[in-house]
Amino acid sequence: MGVVNRDAPVGRVKQSLQAKAPQDRILEVIVYLSMIVVTILTIYPFLNVLAISFNDSVDTVRGGITIWPRRFTLDNYSLIFTYESLITGFKISFLRTVIGTIAGLISGSMLAYTLARSDFQARKFISIFLAVTMYVTGGLIPGFILMRDLHLIDTFAVYIFPGLVSAFNVFVIRSFIDGLPYALQESAKLDGANDFTIYWRVILPLCKPALATVALFLAVGQWNSWFDTYLFNGSNESLTTLQYELMKILQSTTTSANNSQDAANMAERMTQISPESVKMAITIIVTVPILIVYPFLQKYFVKGMTLGAVKS
Amino acid sequence: MNTLTASTENAYKKRKKRAWKEFKNQKYLYYMSIPFVLWVFVFQYLPLWGWTMSFQKYKPGLSFFEQKWVGLEHFRTLFRDDHFYQVLRNTLAMSFMGLIAGFIVPVVFALLLNEVRVQALKRFVQTVSYLPHFVSWVVAAGIVTKMLSTDGGVVNDILLGLNLIDQPIQFMAQGHLFWGIVTSADIWKETGWNAIIYLAAISGIGPELYEAARVDGASRLKQIWHITLPGIRPTMIVLLIMSIGHLLGTGFEKQFLLGNHLVIDYSEVLDLYALNYGLAMGRYSFGTAINIFNSLISLILLFAANGIFKRFTNESIM
Repeated sequence: MGVVNRDAPVGRVKQSLQAKAPQDRILEVIVYLSMIVVTILTIYPFLNVLAISFNDSVDTVRGGITIWPRRFTLDNYSLIFTYESLITGFKISFLRTVIGTIAGLISGSMLAYTLARSDFQARKFISIFLAVTMYVTGGLIPGFILMRDLHLIDTFAVYIFPGLVSAFNVFVIRSFIDGLPYALQESAKLDGANDFTIYWRVILPLCKPALATVALFLAVGQWNSWFDTYLFNGSNESLTTLQYELMKILQSTTTSANNSQDAANMAERMTQISPESVKMAITIIVTVPILIVYPFLQKYFVKGMTLGAVKS
Repeated sequence: MNTLTASTENAYKKRKKRAWKEFKNQKYLYYMSIPFVLWVFVFQYLPLWGWTMSFQKYKPGLSFFEQKWVGLEHFRTLFRDDHFYQVLRNTLAMSFMGLIAGFIVPVVFALLLNEVRVQALKRFVQTVSYLPHFVSWVVAAGIVTKMLSTDGGVVNDILLGLNLIDQPIQFMAQGHLFWGIVTSADIWKETGWNAIIYLAAISGIGPELYEAARVDGASRLKQIWHITLPGIRPTMIVLLIMSIGHLLGTGFEKQFLLGNHLVIDYSEVLDLYALNYGLAMGRYSFGTAINIFNSLISLILLFAANGIFKRFTNESIM
């Protein structure tokens, strides 16, 4: 009897699996087809840009380059290194990325630690105080006026100061600290450590996964931003960033048609003659640093994104 | 009665004393947080004070008390400006298109990716799908423009090759295509990234549910519909409310970088309007009025969305 009972459902499952097979096979086809389409849609543009950047710039005008250069050359890249503004841009972008990331990590983790302490009196107030900034912002012009009043226009500090404390990053780190065993802090406290020592010696070393996530967010944000340069430092050639310079070069065809006065600008005139291949080479230079880093941090940021979204 | 007041007073004193002692005990926590709270106050809250500018005839260089107050004049100018309604239309249109597409596409992508049974392939596609998220909008806009260009753009090449068109389409020069281009560019850039949270939510669904469904003979499509989708419903609602809250704050980078003077009737959004007709012309008060209008609409939408969802689904973020 036991045998019959055990066999019956198995038989039914087998049967139903076979019966449903065509429907599931269609699903399977749709799934794998869409994966191929997504992969091509995502990767092709980058491969195309890469191929054009290695292609002879005169030859590129003929069109028809897909994912392989027709007349291979490195000239486009060597030409870039003669652009003074791009060298400065690279230095400034690098500096703001390094300084902005370190400063953001320290401030974010310190604040996050205090908010993760359930006995901290001001915890609730500070949490709400921070959360509000995620939804209410003063806007473009009040922000601009503030930077002017603080004399931050035409300074490097304007890249670091306004975004130093980000509510989202604080919440990501805090949720991670929440998940650590409290006993560690207790024992450190019994050993006579003060709260700062606990943060620095106990919490920070354990937070590496969360810090890696936030470091990636900060670094990508710093490296990729161009609008603050446009708004605050656009006229100061020694402080412009790589993204801003790329923006000027890529937009140059439109701006030249748009506004002929711009042609008077020396930098503009130089960039207007940049051929397609050179533009694409600059695009690659600007993009590559981040593309090298992100796959290695994948397991961290996936976790960090999930934590941040759940908590905030 | 005297003793009663004395005892409550005593208790009050005790509590005060204890709070003070606690405060002193936590001095390091205060040292570690107060500087940043002040920092946030200066850089995030002070701009809100700047909103007063919109009720003044703001002149740079004068102190707050020397400014001339004009009441709602700037708002009246704004609401009388025909151009404003065009900009508002563009903002709302692109925001809602982005909201709907940005809500549906990542969910569908996560569901499809979850059905990939070959783990290596799944990981590969996922890694690839994050790629555009890490690229700046400057680069992304450059790539989109390149792909849609009339000389050598792959989209036109394909359409020509399939004989669907006989002339290349000037995608970037036609206003009525602009909203669609911006929305598609956004989808291209952010779908993989936005799917992360859904994939995490899916992996949190108990395998025993699928086990039971299989025993009952449910097809995979049925399992998606009856188990996976309901399983990620709370996540979907929370993310939807959050994106409604950020609806009008989704920026102007895309429009700034992808737009040009040929499509300006469709590409100009509120922030760009504030930039071009406020900041660039030195009309700080007028520009601030535009920013305030933008923020207020966002807040109203956030509270409305939160309220509606709280009522019907018991999910909310506040």
